[in-house]
Amino acid sequence: MSNFLSGGFTAYLFRELLLAYRRRGDVVKPLVFFLMVSTLVPLAIAPEPQRLAALAPGMIWIMALLATLLSIESLFSDDFQDGSLQQMLIAPNLLAMPVLGKVTAHWLMIGLPLTLISPLIGIWFSLPAVAVLPMILSLALGTAVLSLIGAVGAALTLPLRQGGVLLALLVMPLYMPVLIFGSATIQSAVDGLAWLSPLAVLAAFLAIAVALCPLAIVAALRLSQNN
Amino acid sequence: MRLNMQWTWFHRLGSPRWFYQKTQRWLPWLSAVSAILLLTGLIWGLAFAPQDAKQGHSFRIIYLHVPASFLALAGYYLMAIAGAIGLIWRIKLSFMLMKSAASIGAVLTFVALFTGAVWGKPTWGTYWVWDARITSMLILLFLYFGVLALRYTFSSHEASDKASAILSLVGTVNVPIIYKSVDWWQTLHQPATIKLTSAPSMHPDMFAPLVVMILGFYCFYALALILSTRAEILQREGKSSWVRQLVANKRGEV
Repeated sequence: MSNFLSGGFTAYLFRELLLAYRRRGDVVKPLVFFLMVSTLVPLAIAPEPQRLAALAPGMIWIMALLATLLSIESLFSDDFQDGSLQQMLIAPNLLAMPVLGKVTAHWLMIGLPLTLISPLIGIWFSLPAVAVLPMILSLALGTAVLSLIGAVGAALTLPLRQGGVLLALLVMPLYMPVLIFGSATIQSAVDGLAWLSPLAVLAAFLAIAVALCPLAIVAALRLSQNN
Repeated sequence: MRLNMQWTWFHRLGSPRWFYQKTQRWLPWLSAVSAILLLTGLIWGLAFAPQDAKQGHSFRIIYLHVPASFLALAGYYLMAIAGAIGLIWRIKLSFMLMKSAASIGAVLTFVALFTGAVWGKPTWGTYWVWDARITSMLILLFLYFGVLALRYTFSSHEASDKASAILSLVGTVNVPIIYKSVDWWQTLHQPATIKLTSAPSMHPDMFAPLVVMILGFYCFYALALILSTRAEILQREGKSSWVRQLVANKRGEV
């Protein structure tokens, strides 16, 4: 029974991590993107620490959002093309578990590295030291929600050849609540307010997304096999 | 067996042909009622309702803004529920309703945003404010855009119907946030004027035409939805015998 529930999860998690290890370059790309866009901000706006610090909470979150969006498109596409997605869909397992395994792997490869590198961006943007821990926590929780919601969009646009822009279009409105509470967590910490409450809302978003997103992902994946 | 008997009415309800023939008789009534309500509401609201003490005549755009915002939100729920019914019971008609609701809802959301901007200029001195409800409305418009964009990219009706239904169901998570956002980070915008739990804070003389306008908008929405769905039915069922019969009869009349 436990194998029925969890087997798919760990199997797909390790499979994805192994695949990612073999193609290390793909994992680094969103990180480099994150760092590069961060360099654009002082160049485009101003290098003064005060102005950067004022922008930092929002900018860090916008860049994390874009980096996740950039990488989510390929979540199912390789499996779709080589037919292993079909194998996953006909397997007698609870389908939500392999899907969750894949999404967790995506978060481990994208969301977690972004979270870990974010203190560097904090230093670049002169973010006050009190806000660093809230930033890390909010990014850790928030990027997991972004991966889950993004996976719904990736599954929906899977059969389409030019899915990238459409994926961004579908998913971005759904990302906005996460963005609001993510940057609110950092901003509250900067202003010396209680930052645990927006963080708790992010955690609630994650709980809802873990419960509901796999259903939508599975439904969309099944749809991709019909045409 | 008994179960089958009980559910036949439900599936008859889902037949495009049944819908097409049934709504034929409703159309004149619905058109007349919505025309009367909208005309009464507009003339009453624009010409006879008292001026607002602070905003003068400019508040009168409320008679378009509020009903459009109401229906933009309600329309999203209707679209998502229609999509869910279509997904669960595999009813074609439900998907056609969903598709019509998406276009009409997007237009209404735009109307709500546009009238809000026009109203904002004399009231706040600016067309656009990044306030909670305006922003939520804009996100709602983007959600509608997503559903519309998805529908044009698939080659088959079946795939685009189901994909749009899944997306609109996922998007319904955002709609409660739109309501909650008023409490969350309210800035320049007024708090919701019409509350279901307490008495309206508007004067009754201003409120009455608004109720008429809201009812009129609901009727007009139903009319637009039915007309659009009928067009969709004819387009999709073009090869079925009853549509061909219908076209042949029309030709005969002309």
